[in-house]
Amino acid sequence: MSRLALIDWVLITALIWLALGIAGVFLAHRFTVISRVLFPLGAINSLVLGILALVGLLSETQELILPIGLPGLPFHLRLDALSSFFLFLLGATSAGISIYAAGYFRKSQSAVLGLQCLLYHAFLTSMSFVLLANDGYAFMVAWETMALSSFFLVTAEHRHPEIRRAGYLYLLIAHIGSVAILLSFGLMAGSTGDYTFDAMRQFADGAFWRTTAFLLALVGFGAKAGILPLHVWLPEAHPAAPSPVSAMMSGVMLKTAIYGLLRVGFDLLHAHTWWWGLLLLLVGLATALFGVVFSAVQTDMKRLLAYSSIENIGLITLGMGLTLIFRAFGMTGFASLALTATLYHCLNHAFFKSLLFLSTGSVLHATGERNLGKLGGLIHQMPWVAWLALIGVLASAGLPPLNGFVSEWLLLQSFLFTPEVPHGYLNMLLPVFAAAIALIAALAGFTMVKFFGVVFLGQPREEKLAQAHDASRLSRLGLLWLAAGCVLLGLMPNVIVSLLDPVMQLLIGFGRQLDARPENWLFLAPFYEERASYSPIIFFCGIVAMTLVSWLAVRRYFHSRAKRVPPWDCGFPLQTGRMQDTSEGYSQPIRRIFSPFFKRTRQHPSPFDAQPRYLSIVEDPFWYWLYLPVAWIVEQGTRVVDFLQRGRIAIYLLYSFATLITLLVLTRG
Amino acid sequence: MTPAIILSDALGGQLINLCAAIMLLLGFAMLAQRRILSLINLFMLQGAVLFTSTVIVAYTTHQSHLYWSAGLTLSLKVIALPYILHRLIRKLSVKWDVETILNIPTTMLVGIALVVVAFNVAQPISQLSGTIMRATIGIALACVLLSFLMMITRSKAVPQVIAFLAMENGLFFAATSATYGMPMVVELGIALDVMVGMVIFGVFFFQIRQQFDSLDIRHMERIKEE
Repeated sequence: MSRLALIDWVLITALIWLALGIAGVFLAHRFTVISRVLFPLGAINSLVLGILALVGLLSETQELILPIGLPGLPFHLRLDALSSFFLFLLGATSAGISIYAAGYFRKSQSAVLGLQCLLYHAFLTSMSFVLLANDGYAFMVAWETMALSSFFLVTAEHRHPEIRRAGYLYLLIAHIGSVAILLSFGLMAGSTGDYTFDAMRQFADGAFWRTTAFLLALVGFGAKAGILPLHVWLPEAHPAAPSPVSAMMSGVMLKTAIYGLLRVGFDLLHAHTWWWGLLLLLVGLATALFGVVFSAVQTDMKRLLAYSSIENIGLITLGMGLTLIFRAFGMTGFASLALTATLYHCLNHAFFKSLLFLSTGSVLHATGERNLGKLGGLIHQMPWVAWLALIGVLASAGLPPLNGFVSEWLLLQSFLFTPEVPHGYLNMLLPVFAAAIALIAALAGFTMVKFFGVVFLGQPREEKLAQAHDASRLSRLGLLWLAAGCVLLGLMPNVIVSLLDPVMQLLIGFGRQLDARPENWLFLAPFYEERASYSPIIFFCGIVAMTLVSWLAVRRYFHSRAKRVPPWDCGFPLQTGRMQDTSEGYSQPIRRIFSPFFKRTRQHPSPFDAQPRYLSIVEDPFWYWLYLPVAWIVEQGTRVVDFLQRGRIAIYLLYSFATLITLLVLTRG
Repeated sequence: MTPAIILSDALGGQLINLCAAIMLLLGFAMLAQRRILSLINLFMLQGAVLFTSTVIVAYTTHQSHLYWSAGLTLSLKVIALPYILHRLIRKLSVKWDVETILNIPTTMLVGIALVVVAFNVAQPISQLSGTIMRATIGIALACVLLSFLMMITRSKAVPQVIAFLAMENGLFFAATSATYGMPMVVELGIALDVMVGMVIFGVFFFQIRQQFDSLDIRHMERIKEE
C-alpha cells in the first residue's frame, strides 16, 4: 500500500466530520451519545486537522483530483500555504467550539439534535472543502453547501418569526454573493472555458475585465464577510443561531470569505492595480467604523458581538487594501508586513470572537436572557465564564499582552511605512486611515468595557439571575482552549509570524520581512529594531510584577484583608440593581457624537408619568438608504408584470407554447 | 450473419417512416380521445411504436447504444408508466370523460395547423441532418407540439400528465431521428426526470383532490395571490 500524502489525510479528516454528522442522524434519539461521543470526536478531529494544516504550511504544495462530480468535471483539490493557514484556523478554532457544543447541547432533549449534529458537521466539512478547492466548480459546490448548512443551523428555532426573517435575509444575501462569485469565475474562465484555478491564473484579458472580475469577487465575498453595505444579515443571523453556531459563523465562516478574496485577488488575478487597494481601504474603513459605532450602542449582547465582527472584518479588509497598494508599487517587503498583520488578525479574531460568542452562549443558557439591560453581576454565579470571557474581552479590545494587540500593532506599524509610497495623493491620504484605525481600536475598547461591565460586573439587574449556574465541564474546556489560544497567540508572535512566512512567499513572493530570527525570540520588530519592537513576554512579566507589587503594597500598608460591605448607597434608602448605569446610559455619548450614523426613534416619558417608559430604537440606516428602495423597485416591477399571472395552468402553458412556436419560426427565417 | 436478415437501408427507411406516421396518428388520436383509460392505452401504444422504431434504427445503423435507449423506452414507457397510471386512476377512481377547454373539432383543426408549421420549421434541420431518418424530424416536432396543445386544452390533471409524458416521447423520437439519439447520460437523466415527475404528480393528485374534492385544475386559480 502506497503511503497517503498529506492532502489525503486532510481529505480524510474532512470526511470524518461528515461521517460523524451522518452517524448523528442515525442516533437521533440517543441524545447522550450525540453530545458525549460525536461532538467530542469532532473536536479531536478538528485538532488533527489543525496539526495536519501546520505540517501543510511547512511542506510543498500538493494537488489531488477527486473522481466525483459531473462526468468530465472532477473535483480538483489543492493544499498550499494559504489554504493550510486557513485550515489551521478552522481546525484550531473548531476544536474549542465543538467541545463547547458537546457541553452546550448536553441538556438538549429535542429530536432535532441529530439533525443539528449532521448540519454542524456538514458545515465543517464544506468549509474545509472551500479551502481545499482548486477549481471553480468544486469551490461553488462547497460554498453553497456551506451557505445552506449554516442557513438551516441559523433557522434551528424556526418557530419564531424573527428567526425565520433573519434566515431569509441571510439566504437572500448569500445568494446575491454566490451569483457575483460565479460571474467572477465565469469571467476568469471565459476565454478558455476551463474552470480550474490553474487555468484562471493564466487569465490575461484586458484591464477592464480583470477589474470587473475583481469587483464581482469583492461583492460576492463581501456579502459573506459582511462588508458594507452587504452586512445587514450579520447582526440578524448571529443572534438567531445557537451560540456554537454563531461562534463558528463569526469566527470561521467569515474568514472563508476573506480566504476567497485573497485567493481571487492575489493568487488568481495577481492584483497589481493600486486603486483596487484604495477601494479595499475605503470599504474596509467604512465597514470597521460603522461596525464599531453600532456595536457600541447595542443592547443585545449577541448583536453587539455581531457588529464587532463587522468591525474586525473591516480591519482585515483595510489590511488587505494596504497590502495591495504596497504590492502595486513593488514594495514587496512592506506588502508582506501588511499581509502578515491581516492574516494574524484573522487568526486572532477567530479565537477571541468565538470565545466571546461562546461565553454569551453560556450566559444565555444560564439566564435565558440576551438583553444587556436584564443582566449583571454574573461574575459571582459564573466565575469560570466571567474570567475566561475577560480574556476574550481584553484580546478584542486590543490590549497587550494578548493577541488582539499584536495584529493591530503590526497593522499600524505597516501604515507607518506609507510615506514611502511613490504616489503624491496616496501618501497624504493613507495616514488618515491609520488615524481612523486608532479611533476604531479605541471604540472597540469602549464597547468591550461595556460588554463585560454590564454582563458580569455590578449587581444583578433581575432576581432570577441569582439562580444562574456556571458552564458545564465540557463547555469550560472549550472556553479554556480558546482563551489559552488568545494568550499563546499573544505571547508567541515570532512563532506565528515565521509560520506565516510560506504564505508570504506564495502570495507576495517575499518573506522574512520581520525580524523573527530564532536568536531574537524575545522581540518582534518590523524591519529595524531601532524603529519599533515589541516583546509580549517582557510586557507580560511587567504586568504580573506590577500587579504583585501593588497587591502586596495594598495588603502591607492599607489593611490586612478585604472586607465585604454593601456598596455606598448615596444616601438613598432604597437601592435596587436597576439603579446601576445601564448599557444605554453608558453608550449615550457615542449615540450623541455619532448621531449621523444612526436612524433613531425615541420616546421620553413625561416627568409626571406614574409608570414612565423610555423607548429608544437605533436602526441601521442602510435599510432606508439601500434595502427598502431596492425592495420597493422590485415590488413595483413585479406589479407591472402581475397581469401575466392568471393562476391558470393552461395560460402558463400557452405562454411557453407561444414562445416555442415564435422561436422556431424565427430560427426558420 | 447472413445477408438475408440484414435490413437494407431503403427498407429500414420505409419502416421508420411507417412508424413515424403511426406516431403522428396516435398523437391525433390522443388529442381527440376523451376517456382517460383509452388515453393511457394510446400512450402505451405510442411508447411501443417508439420502441420499435428505435430498435429498427439501431439495427440498420449498427448503433449499439440505441439498444439501451430502446430497452429504457420499453421498460419505462410501455410497462412502468402505464402501469402506474392505471393504478393511479383506479385509486383515485377517475374514469370519467375528460372535459376540454376547447371543443374537440376545433382542437383538431389547430392540430393540423401545427403539423404544417412543424414541417415548415423542420425543413432546414432535415437538410442539415445526414441520418436515414431525416424525413421524420418534422413528424417528431409535430408530435411534440400536438402533445403540448393537448396539455393546454385539457382541464383535468391526469390527462395533462399523460400529455406531458407524450411530449417526452416526441422529444425522444426527434432526438433519434436527428442525431441517432442523445448521449447516454442525457437519456438516463431524462428517464430519471420522467420517473421523478411521475412521483411528484402522483403526490400532487392526491393533494389536489384533498383540497378541492376534484382533480379539475381550474380550481387552482383560487390559490393565486391577489
